[in-house]
This record gives sequence, C-alpha cells and structure tokens, in this order.
Amino acid sequence: MQQPGRAAEIKANGIGKSFGSFRALDNLTLDIGRGEFLTLLGPSGSGKTTFLMILAGFVQPSEGKLFSDGVDITNRPAEQRAAGMVFQGYALFPHMSVEQNIAFPLKVRKKSAAEIKNLVGEMIERVGLKGHEKKLPAQLSGGQQQRVALARALVFEPGVLLLDEPFSALDKSLRGQMQAEMKRLHQETGTTFVFVTHDQSEALALSSRVAIFNHGKLLQVGRPDEVYNRPTNRFVAEFLGEINMLPVKGVRPADNGATGLCEDRAVNMRCKAEAIKGDAILAIRPEDMSIAPEAFANQNGIAATAVASTYLGAATKLDLTTRQGAKVTVSVPNEVAAAALSKGNSVWLTWPAEKGFLLPDGGQ
Amino acid sequence: MRGPLSDRMGAALLMAPLLLFLILAYAWPFLGVVKWSFTLPTPGLGQYHALLTDDLVQSVFIRTLRIAAIVTVVSVTAAYAITVVWVRGSPVQRVLAEFCILVPFWISVLTRAFGWVALLSNRGLINTWLQSVGFISEPLTLVRNEFGVIVGMSHFLIPFAVFPLASAMRSLDERVLLAARGLGSSRMRTFWTVFVPMTRSGIIGSALITFVFSLGFFVTPAILGGGRSVMIAELIYLRIFQSPDWGLGAAISVVLVVFVGALMALLFRYVKPKQLV
Ligand SMILES: Nc1ncnc2c1ncn2[C@@H]1O[C@H](COP(=O)(O)OP(=O)(O)O)[C@@H](O)[C@H]1O
Ligand SMILES: [Mg+2]
Repeated sequence: MQQPGRAAEIKANGIGKSFGSFRALDNLTLDIGRGEFLTLLGPSGSGKTTFLMILAGFVQPSEGKLFSDGVDITNRPAEQRAAGMVFQGYALFPHMSVEQNIAFPLKVRKKSAAEIKNLVGEMIERVGLKGHEKKLPAQLSGGQQQRVALARALVFEPGVLLLDEPFSALDKSLRGQMQAEMKRLHQETGTTFVFVTHDQSEALALSSRVAIFNHGKLLQVGRPDEVYNRPTNRFVAEFLGEINMLPVKGVRPADNGATGLCEDRAVNMRCKAEAIKGDAILAIRPEDMSIAPEAFANQNGIAATAVASTYLGAATKLDLTTRQGAKVTVSVPNEVAAAALSKGNSVWLTWPAEKGFLLPDGGQ
Repeated sequence: MRGPLSDRMGAALLMAPLLLFLILAYAWPFLGVVKWSFTLPTPGLGQYHALLTDDLVQSVFIRTLRIAAIVTVVSVTAAYAITVVWVRGSPVQRVLAEFCILVPFWISVLTRAFGWVALLSNRGLINTWLQSVGFISEPLTLVRNEFGVIVGMSHFLIPFAVFPLASAMRSLDERVLLAARGLGSSRMRTFWTVFVPMTRSGIIGSALITFVFSLGFFVTPAILGGGRSVMIAELIYLRIFQSPDWGLGAAISVVLVVFVGALMALLFRYVKPKQLV
C-alpha cells in the first residue's frame, strides 16, 4: 500500500472488531495476493464494509494485525496508507468539478501542474468522461459519478483499490457494462482489487477469488468455481446460488468417493467423506440434475413428481417433490419439462456421481 | 380523514393569528413611519436629501456598517470553532460546547452588557489583572469605544451564528471526509479544502444573520460604546426622542428597513428557514 505504481500484497492476521458488545468481525485471517481481484461477498451486515474500512485505515481493529508487503501497517493512519477507495455512494467532493475531484490526490502529493493535467486528462479518457470535465458531481448521472469515483481512486496509482458495493445504486444494464469496465481496469492497472458486494453473480463473474462472509466470520475463500462447486458449508452453498438438499443416510467412504442411501436407493458420490459419517446432506445445483424417463442401474437417481414449472426462455425451471417429500428444483430443456409435466405422475431425477457434494447434517 | 392537505390547512389556520399580529404590530406602524419620512417637517423628499448630505448621519451609517462587518467576521469565526467542537467533538466536548452556546440565552442583554463593562473598564477585572501581573502600567481603554462595542455584540451574536453552521455541518456526508483522508490528505488540509467549502451555505447564512442583527443593535452599543460610538439604531432613537427630528429619524429607519429587507431576501436564497433554528 505504500509504493505507488506497484500492486500490494496484504495479510490480515486474526483481525477482530467489536462495537461495544457487538462482534462485527471475528478472528479474520486472509491473504490477499499481489494484483489479484478479491471479492468480499456476504449478506448485508456481515462485516464486509467494516473489513474494508480496517484495510483502508478508517477503522482500528480491536484485535489482530495487518501487513502490507510484509510491513506491519495496523497502526498506520489512513492518509499514509493511501489505498484507493471507492465508497458506497461514491463520496465525491460536491464542491469540486470532475477534473478537480480527480486531481485531488495528485495535488495532495504535490505533483506539478503539468503532470496533474496529463494524468487527469489520461484518466478522464480512460473512464470515458471526456466532455464532462467541468461539471459538478450533482450534474452527473449515477454511472458517471461512479466513473469519477473510480478515476479519483486510481489516478495516483495506489497499491490496492478498495471498492464498497460500487454498483449497488446502478440499474441492471449499466451494472453489466461497469463490471466489464472494472475487469478491464484491473487488467490495465495490475493493481490489487478488493471488491465488496452482496450480489453472488457479480462476485462469481468478476473475481479471481471470492471470500464469503456471514455474521462477521470469514466462512470460505477460493476461486469462483471452487466456492460454487465445492462449498465447505451450507451457508456458502445456499448463498452462491439455488441448490437442492437431499438427506443421505449411512454415508461411508467407498472407491474414489463415498456412498450412502438417498430415499432408500444407494447413491455414489465422488466427493470425499472423511469428516462426514452417518447422516448427511447431499447438495446438488439445479443445472447438475436431469430428468430421465426411467431408472438405470448404477446411476444415481430418485423418483419425484413434477408440481410446477417456470419458463425462463432458454430453459425451464421445474419444481418437483420427491417420494419422501423433499422439494427439488431442476433446470431442464423446455421440451423435457413439458413432457415431465404432462406425464403427471412419477419421473426419474438423476445426477452424475461427480456432481454434488456432502454437507454435515443440520447446522452450517 | 386527516390527509396532508387538511394538515396544511390546519397549520395555516394556526399561523393566521401570528400573521395578523405581525401586521398590526409592525407593518401598520411602519407605514406610519414611512409617511412621516415624507411629510415631516414639510412634505417632500427633504429628509432623504438631508440623509445623503448630513455628515453625522453618514458617519454613523459608515460606522454601523464597519462594526457590523467586524462583528460578523469575529462572531462567525468564533461560532465556527465552537460548532466544530459541538458537532464533531467527543461527548464531553459536546456538552461543554452546548453549555457555552445555551447559557448566554438565559442572561438578559442588559446584564451581559454591564458584565462586559465590569470586565473591560479601567478598573475592571482584565485591566486589574494585567497590571498586577505587570504586563501594562496604565490601564488599556477597552470599553466606551468601538472595541467594547465589538466585544459585547460578538458575544451576544455568537450563539445565533452557531445554528446555521451546525445545520450545515450535521448534513455533511462523513464519507466524503474519509475519502479525502484516504486519498492522502492530512486532517488540516481536509478541513480547509473539503470541510469548510462544504459548509459554505452555513457560513453565508450565519454571516447574513449576524450582519443583519448587528445593524439593529441598540442596548449593547449604547452601554459599551459610552456615547462615543453611536450606531444607527441609537441615532434613530436620539433623532426621535431627543432632538426631536421625527422626519429624519423616520427616513433613517426606512433606509435601514429596506437595506435589511434586501439582505434577508439574499439570506433566504442561500438558506432554508428551517436551517436557522
Ligand atoms: N460504527 C459502528 N458502530 C456500531 N455498529 C457498527 C458500526 N459499524 C458497523 N456496525 C455494525 O457492524 C455490522 C457489520 O456492518 P458492515 O461492516 O457495515 O456490514 P456490511 O458492509 O457487510 O453490510 C452491522 O451489524 C453494523 O450495524
Ligand atoms: Mg456495507
């Protein structure tokens, strides 16, 4: 965070934060790699902003240490850390024009007028604000204010860019556009990005790694495909997208995986079950299940009845109830859904052994 | 069945007696004053002509504007410092600041003026102390001159200058200040380049209120000025009750009211009335 123009590597070690008796963050340990795009994902109130504020130096942690490139910066004031930050709501200087907002961090650093003019001009071009240089923030649209905030935070080449839900106030189409620009800016600058969102699809689309928070705890960190396909607990599994939960009895290790009984039928799983014995939950994403007309030997499957369908255009979402009353959702081709519904009674739900994962029964 | 419309009508009905009172107590008599200014002692514009040529009247006008300007700068600056502590200080600082702001409201303007005389006079607390410490040998003239007037008036006006400032500071987005610091700006620089400009409307409102109030001061300059630093309100009083020169006194009043009216119009362009309380 201290050398301009060079991406920073940050280590958070056992960070905790209490507000009175309320625990906003608990024993958070996290390594943020040089130049990575890390997303902090979690529901509202899970402590994401608090952690970002601690990284920026605006909030002092109650416990723990923070390192930047190996240097302890836990007690370093915010103005000396100089992380670029984009606040929720942007926090632009309302009395300064676009140009003056972006020039602010450079003026603070006593750059020459010529250099400031150059860098600001370059940045304005890069974020597509040409022609708006003299406007005040109040005269700009939400998307444009967003760009000013980004430009202001990037113009002094900070080692890390912290972004607190930067797109939450934008409408959907603008969001997609800004996400693409964000990716491009990350590649162009090579800076370490720490990005906060409560939108799981945004997190999966943008990040090199995702850190999932709940109730002030860091639950899991990993690449988007890792956390999506191999969540280590139920909260992460459910937060990252729709998922079906089927109870499995008598789980035990088997050849390259595990085996157990699901609705009185033997099912095979590729995932390891060393921590899990006896009863467990088998979690499978809707897109990983399909519908077959009848049962095949040696294939995972259970009987279910289709009860409702939602047409999504490219596919149909089908709601089913299993024989033992579990609710299941699958995403299937439109004709398959129509056939399943018209059949009225039982269909066969199947899934490949390598899809799905085991979670401990009950609890998180 | 009470919608917003009937609420508004109810509020208007409640305000109506106040409006009536203001018309009867101020507007109507003032029309009489306007009439005097054109008719006494003889009909015509004579009094306004005198007002433009009379050296005494002119010097009092200029002194009033000068004192009002100085008092405004002093009061707004002091009020700004107090308000920063009041709005952004630690809990203990807040209570202390609130005390400083509210206590003056409980003491009458007359008592305060004499209090300042006791402090500032030749044998007052300040001169006695300075002499006993040996800083000065002869007492300083701190009262019965413009200095005393400025001190007394500023002291009276600081609490009034606080409210528009407090309202501007309270509505300021904390994150903008954090943003400035995060971008590398020191606390000092953030204060001057971000905090102060963002409270601009409060400063303007505060300055206009102080200035307008200063123009009409009577008791404080009369006591602390000791007759040597007569301000416009005292001059009007002298013209009407002592000279008596009702026509000129009335003309001065009319000019003052028109001037203050223009300033108030300016004030409400910058500040909403509810920000002043
Ligand atoms: N300054 C504070 N004082 C008291 N509680 C706070 C403060 N800041 C945050 N919190 C609490 O800490 C929790 C986490 O907040 P936050 O980090 O803003 O969550 P998120 O950004 O994930 O929505 C919330 O319950 C919030 O009310
Ligand atoms: Mg937040």
